[in-house]
Amino acid sequence: MHRWGCFATLLLACGHACFASSAPQPPQHGEDLLVTDNQIGRYGGTLVLAQRSEPKTLNPVTAADAPSREVIGRLTADLIHINRWTQNTEPALAKAWSVSNDGRVFTVKLRHGLRFSDGQPFDADDVVFSFQVYLDENVHSPQRDLLVVGGKPIKVQKIDQYSVRFTLAQPYAAAERIFDSLAMMPRHLLERPYKAGQFAQALTLNTPPAEIAGMGPFRVKQYIPGQRIVLERNPFYWKADRSKNRLPYLDELVFLFVGNEDAQAIRFQAGETDIISRLSAENYALLSKDVATRGTDFFDLGPSLEYDFLVFNLNDLRSKNLDSIAAKQAWFQAVKFRQAVSSAIDRDSIVKLVYTGHGAALWGNVSPSNKLWTDQMLPHTPYSLDRARELLKSEGFSWRSDGQLIDRQGVAVEFSVITSTSNAQRMKMATLIQDDLGKLGMNVHVVPLEFRALLDRVFQTYDYEASIMALGGGDADPNPEMNVWLSNGGTHLWRLGEARPATDWEALIDQLMQKQMVQLKYKERKHLYDQAQEIIAANVPFVFLATPNILVGARKNLGNFKPAILDPNTLWNVEQLYFIPGNGARPGEKP
Amino acid sequence: MRKKQKIVAALMLLVALHLAILLAGFIAPYNPATQNRDFPFVPPTRFHFADARGHFHLRPFIYQWTVRPEGFNEYEEARGREYPVQFFVRGPEYTIAGLVRSDVHLFGVEGPARIFLAGSDGFGRDQFSRIMYGGQISLAAGLLATGISLFLGLLVGCISGFYGSWIDESAMRLVELFLVLPWLYLLLAVRSFLPLHISPTQTFFLLVAVIGTIGWARPARLVRGIVLSAKGRKYVTASRGFGATDSYILRRHVLPHTYGVLLTQAALLVPQYIVAEVTLSFLGLGVSEPVSSWGNLLANLQQYNVLASYWWMFAPALALVIISLGYLKVANAIHERLQSDSI
Repeated sequence: MHRWGCFATLLLACGHACFASSAPQPPQHGEDLLVTDNQIGRYGGTLVLAQRSEPKTLNPVTAADAPSREVIGRLTADLIHINRWTQNTEPALAKAWSVSNDGRVFTVKLRHGLRFSDGQPFDADDVVFSFQVYLDENVHSPQRDLLVVGGKPIKVQKIDQYSVRFTLAQPYAAAERIFDSLAMMPRHLLERPYKAGQFAQALTLNTPPAEIAGMGPFRVKQYIPGQRIVLERNPFYWKADRSKNRLPYLDELVFLFVGNEDAQAIRFQAGETDIISRLSAENYALLSKDVATRGTDFFDLGPSLEYDFLVFNLNDLRSKNLDSIAAKQAWFQAVKFRQAVSSAIDRDSIVKLVYTGHGAALWGNVSPSNKLWTDQMLPHTPYSLDRARELLKSEGFSWRSDGQLIDRQGVAVEFSVITSTSNAQRMKMATLIQDDLGKLGMNVHVVPLEFRALLDRVFQTYDYEASIMALGGGDADPNPEMNVWLSNGGTHLWRLGEARPATDWEALIDQLMQKQMVQLKYKERKHLYDQAQEIIAANVPFVFLATPNILVGARKNLGNFKPAILDPNTLWNVEQLYFIPGNGARPGEKP
Repeated sequence: MRKKQKIVAALMLLVALHLAILLAGFIAPYNPATQNRDFPFVPPTRFHFADARGHFHLRPFIYQWTVRPEGFNEYEEARGREYPVQFFVRGPEYTIAGLVRSDVHLFGVEGPARIFLAGSDGFGRDQFSRIMYGGQISLAAGLLATGISLFLGLLVGCISGFYGSWIDESAMRLVELFLVLPWLYLLLAVRSFLPLHISPTQTFFLLVAVIGTIGWARPARLVRGIVLSAKGRKYVTASRGFGATDSYILRRHVLPHTYGVLLTQAALLVPQYIVAEVTLSFLGLGVSEPVSSWGNLLANLQQYNVLASYWWMFAPALALVIISLGYLKVANAIHERLQSDSI
């Protein structure tokens, strides 16, 4: 009797747990599920991965840091999604969309009968609400810029419960791509805080999981500060495989917070995590040596879309009280000086020593792996000290007897390069560049700074001479990069806060970029963008250096694992991932 | 007698090491900043006496490393050609202590081969040369900072012990304050207040000043104790009776008593300060690239792949351990000597 009592309690507990632990709901009548064509997997298992740092927020609108976005991306979904594998757009929460002939009006049909992760229905009101929040200037969303086309915010109107109309002020190239990663949010939970002006505080890491709902494959289960965040299956997710199994297959997804890239590598090596993305080349070499024994696979996906570059401070410093830097700007402003620096940098050794060969040298902002947009005609300035010396000579520079480079006034050319201490690769690049430019007689100091201090100097105080940084990697399409290239863009790093273009070539870039943004035909657009790339390469506002290859690793028994060049490289199809039973199980214990 | 021999051996070792590091330019075969980009992370060169044909050579020779075709950063010896080790060869120019210019090096091999006694780093720079030159920075920082600490300690200790009253009180409270401060965090805090855009030489002197001014408290307290006991002795009272001035008494009767303590303190502080420099440089707050110091050489080991793959990157730690042990041995010996003297 006693034993039966125990059993009943156990059953009850199990029943309760099953309800709370998000067993996948059977497809409902009238529910418009998206059917994926992946290999059919098996339910169950916990996928563990490590993040370098803790997410700062769970708010999809205000999140700006990579760890937050990585987690939020699994909790939310967008209307139209860029498939990371094909790099093309595909329907997501929108079942279909149509574009008017003038390219300005988008009519989006939503899937019927979908539900948020808390079981509440999703419809056009949620879409309208979400865009209202993204477009609200008081919310300060980093994505807002993308939703302002031709100087005017996109207009969003509900047509009926399942259709929404978007009106743009002018035609916009690849307009459907801007919907990617714009999270559709639950109006029933967030309207009240939004109206009260507390939207930014509404979705923090400390918000109780019951008050967070999204359309993503997972929902929040538990957050332990400093350790991990645990996500569990969203039982109402809107995708299913061909056998009508509702995705995702995995029960749980755990993000551990481990501090740095090396710790990520060590955890993966020890079998405590199942996937590792964005491995450094050195750790890739180290870990892939013991592939055979550990039941893991490693992938080199080729060059990323990111670009490392050296940038000189060309900001207007008149109001900044930085005279010593302002004096050096006379050198930096000379195009020939920047071209000389570019010729004197041995990019091949950067690829070889920094990326141990797992990377590609760059001369422009578009990575060679971005097949649609890279300019094949872009000249590759060869590594040549002679050419660099000639360029400097023609700009009035000369050399002292000890080899030190001096300018017309006889001032020795000496400047510092700041890099982030948290990035060992860029620190290494700085040391190589220091040596390369030393051969030209330039006296370069490398100053490693904490990442935030570096950003502060580059974006706020302008108190730096040159910096090594990296940008890009978001999308293959050029448009998200416009804030870098347009002279009034927020990431126009070399000269921020320009009211109008300071040079003719920047004005020209502005014109070309504005034109390509409204050009709907790929061929014409490509032609315009090629021209812009060539002007950028010729005027060297950034000295492009190299791009690392995307290096990832995963357990061999992870089914449907298809890493991609685009971010998030490994988790983009997390709903399809599953553990193949009885095949190279993980050696370590799960935390 | 055996004990004495040990001390002499320790002293000799220390002198030899310091001399070697002073003569770094002569002993190191290469310029520490020269990059050989084709040879990142080369393991230490092996010396051979017997060649591939089994012939024995009296003069050791080396083979050049070549990259193994299948692996990156994996090397094998190119057995095609032997490069005998040569002595007193011409190489890159250097200066010793900023005085003597020369280009003669103790040993080397004919190009294109290179002799990497302690392997190379990620830029293909000769690790042995970097350790020798880095030793100059680390040792000089230790010695100079010790000088500053002892000078400050002596000054404060003497004044405080000799004049007593409120001067003593306030000085000793200050000493206590400095003693309880967690010095590592203080060093970090002080260093982070200093400007970052400075040349390696300036960084070096700042480093020395910072380390030196933090550690004066213990010597000051010791010196004060000795001054207190010395100034109470009868011959001091007598000499005062004969009209001796304060400075005469300090110089003639008090200071000589402190020398033993100062010497022990010096032998203890030097290794401690070398480690302090190493710590700061390890954390990226010391001298910057391409100048080497033992701290920033060891900082390479912060990267997991270096730690796990390239054992020769630990070599600077060995140098540090030997120097520290030498100093501690000597400090111990002086201390024992003082104890036996006072009995």
